[in-house]
Amino acid sequence: MDDGARVTLTDINDPAYFHKVVDCQWACPAHTPVPEYIRLIADGRYSDAYMINWKSNVFPGILGRTCDRPCEPACRRGRVEKEPVAICRLKRVAADYKDDIKDRLPSKGASNGKRVALVGAGPASLTVARDLLPLGYEIVVYDGDNRAGGMIRSQIPKFRLPESIIDEEVNYILDMGAVTRLGEYVGSMTELLKENYDAIFVGCGAPRGRDLDVPGREEAKANIHIGIDWLSSVSFGHITKIGKRVIVLGGGNTAMDCCRSSRRLGGDSVTVIVRSGFEEMKASPWEKEDAMHEDIPILNYHVPKTVEHDNGKLKGMWFEKVKAEVDAKGRRNLVPTGEPDVFIECDDVLVAIGQENAFPWIERDAGIEFDRWGLPIIGEKTLQSTTLPKVFFGGDAAFGPKNIIWAVAHGHDAAISIDKFCQSQDVADRPPPLFNLVSQKMGIHEWSYDNEVSNDLRYRVPLREKAIALRDIKMEVELGFDPVLAFQEAERCLNCDIETVFTPKLCIECDACVDICPVDCITFAPPGDEEDLRTRLMAPAPNLTQDLYIADGLKTGRYMVKDEDVCLHCGMCAERCPTGAWDMQKFFLEMAHADTGHACHR
Amino acid sequence: MTYLAKPKLHHPSLQPNQLGFTRRDYEGAISTLCAGCGHDSISAALIQACYQLDLPPHRIAKLSGIGCSSKTPTYFLGASHGFNSVHGRMPSVLTGANLANRDLIYLGVSGDGDSASIGLGQFAHLMRRGVNMTYIVENNGVYGLTKGQFSATSDRGSKSKKGAINADEAIDMAALALQLGATFVARSFSGDKTQLVPLIEAALSHQGTAFIDCISPCVAFNNHVGSTKSFDYVREHNEAVNFLDVITPRAEITTEYDEGAVQEVTQHDGSVLRLRKLAGDYDVNDRIAAMRFLAEHHAQGEIVTGLLFVDPEPEDLHVHIKTVPTPLKELNETALCPGSAALAKLNASLR
Repeated sequence: MDDGARVTLTDINDPAYFHKVVDCQWACPAHTPVPEYIRLIADGRYSDAYMINWKSNVFPGILGRTCDRPCEPACRRGRVEKEPVAICRLKRVAADYKDDIKDRLPSKGASNGKRVALVGAGPASLTVARDLLPLGYEIVVYDGDNRAGGMIRSQIPKFRLPESIIDEEVNYILDMGAVTRLGEYVGSMTELLKENYDAIFVGCGAPRGRDLDVPGREEAKANIHIGIDWLSSVSFGHITKIGKRVIVLGGGNTAMDCCRSSRRLGGDSVTVIVRSGFEEMKASPWEKEDAMHEDIPILNYHVPKTVEHDNGKLKGMWFEKVKAEVDAKGRRNLVPTGEPDVFIECDDVLVAIGQENAFPWIERDAGIEFDRWGLPIIGEKTLQSTTLPKVFFGGDAAFGPKNIIWAVAHGHDAAISIDKFCQSQDVADRPPPLFNLVSQKMGIHEWSYDNEVSNDLRYRVPLREKAIALRDIKMEVELGFDPVLAFQEAERCLNCDIETVFTPKLCIECDACVDICPVDCITFAPPGDEEDLRTRLMAPAPNLTQDLYIADGLKTGRYMVKDEDVCLHCGMCAERCPTGAWDMQKFFLEMAHADTGHACHR
Repeated sequence: MTYLAKPKLHHPSLQPNQLGFTRRDYEGAISTLCAGCGHDSISAALIQACYQLDLPPHRIAKLSGIGCSSKTPTYFLGASHGFNSVHGRMPSVLTGANLANRDLIYLGVSGDGDSASIGLGQFAHLMRRGVNMTYIVENNGVYGLTKGQFSATSDRGSKSKKGAINADEAIDMAALALQLGATFVARSFSGDKTQLVPLIEAALSHQGTAFIDCISPCVAFNNHVGSTKSFDYVREHNEAVNFLDVITPRAEITTEYDEGAVQEVTQHDGSVLRLRKLAGDYDVNDRIAAMRFLAEHHAQGEIVTGLLFVDPEPEDLHVHIKTVPTPLKELNETALCPGSAALAKLNASLR
């Protein structure tokens, strides 16, 4: 082999290697150990499953209903059959069926004399509180609303997320002993700085909904509402009805919440209208499905042109029909089709065409630098202001609108930063995750996990009957999996965290693993570099986002090459291995949080 | 101890062959042999070969005797006909089946105990008669089912797992097949599918007696230092005479080779065996030279593998005994029992 053909052998001691194999956990911003909690659910250990979640993502009951689920598109199951495991709704099962877990929660530590202010009582701030309270920090939470929860409470409709779930999970944190200053809008960063907190965390979200700029908008403003503000008013009971005919502009999840809420407040004919194509809509596929299930049509390729009104009384809206064309430079443009404009009558319009960050309360001379998009300049991992080191950002306030699970991930990271900052340690020095790799062999053909691969297709979550669900905006639509369905769905999980670990010096190259592998992912091949090896495997390996596990040290000089892409983690290779060169080992990775592994890192 | 079935899920790129079957469709039940058994690799090679040849599973009959090797037909070609017969008697059962229905593709699977000991006589006479079949001996040189005694193919001087030295001379099944008139003789190794799969394809395409002596290490009882049938020993002493590509009549010939380095043999069914020569000017059409080559290399302690001999125009048993082209099982009673007048006429002709 010449120098050019050198290949990077796999270093399985690097936690990132096996972490990446657990696609769901790798994709989760908070790196929740998903297969581990799914196995616990299958085992009926709901409280244990809940606690695994609670440690990682703080709001299992809330996220189990509302998460954007980056884990599901990543799920390996989706690459070997039609649909991924219903990870998100299994999380809800843990929350629904758990016992009282209050005695398992950490309690407030003895005071360390440090005071931290949290601006906004949303998911990012609450995560910071959850991580710092056990360490003895005095946590003061500010929010303009009278109740904590932030956008979780104000923007997510109650038919998706009941109030009781929010109260329960928000209170787990506040009851640890946070000082709450709710209903107290922070109007000035300069004033807040004067209160001499040791650190300030800004988790105020992205509170400004983008407005519509078309003729007639201003005149008909009485019946044109900004989506997130309207949702918030609905949430707090200030708005209880809407006109019979409603147009919702925008294709994101906020638009889906607006249209479904309208259906419950008197909107008989609700239409979602988007500029671009149905496929390009930002809303999650399942949220679009839910909207269409409630008889809400989605019109695509309609660009708002003017608002039609009669002396300020809204009549309807004109739209221009467009189509997508790719220009010479490969850019996708929307161009008019030339067809006549379309008029749609309506009584109300909800504008849900995007959200923006707004920090009107942070004076530009307060010492915090902002970029030209109005976002604070902060460290990517530390979330610390580069110019005012005692101020940290997280959630939508940090890098623009994302989602709850990202807010939680930011909260954990910011808590580490704040702790290090308050203890005069290097904030850039990030603690490594805790990881472990343990054999699951119990005997011959016997593993401590259920390695039989289920052939079941994804189970649907039962829904409340539509006619009943649409009657009450506070009635939860999804009923959740019952324990039987939950078990069946949990069995679809491929246990990707039970890793195939190869020990070359034990291998006698008998081919038993190659012969048995149901997805042809193992090959013993003459050496080569990765690009070359990918062309010489038992089955094509075109998915470059998935690693090849490459090991040398075999008697024939060949490499063992395993394409991780569609491995079922069924353990057949290890069962057929006569020498134990293959073993199934459970990979467990837990992110470091401010309150864990403290003794080791201080 | 449980044996889970192999999961039904498969690689998304798994391709169907011309019959619409994927390779997985040629599999059988999950193997209950010891983990790592060479026989399982041979099963996998058979699956691969049948898939690549687009063979309809229901046109294949797999017959075996008794032993670890003879259990394996359960583990491949689950949709084919099977007959697990009496110890050493696969050849006569298969000959009978072949006489009754010459239209099936016959695969005999046997081991060194089944074919070289109790069934040696049956083996010899089947070879002599030229039954149209593929005969695979999964040769591990040990009695695995009875925990590790020497078999008739264990080399003299080789050591058992317990340390005993074998004093008896070994039977070389390939040499015997050559001497007895087999029209296709090969030897291979379960640990080398790139060699084994094309050999099985060629043997299945051969219209006469095709014999493959396949060394198949017994991981439980014959894979130690001192064994001459271990993975390590076979890999160290393997002397491959050629590398085979099988080109079916349908396939396009695309690869080009230097003249002289390749020997092509067109079989009766139109398939082309392209042999890339690895050992000098080894000629696969010369039976006597093959026997000599085997003997010489055996004396040097080498294991000769590859396609050793092939007769491109073989004659099989049905030609010898002049049976009608229609399988006997499809003839009606009138044709099979033409009556006493016909019998009297036949008897008269022999007086």
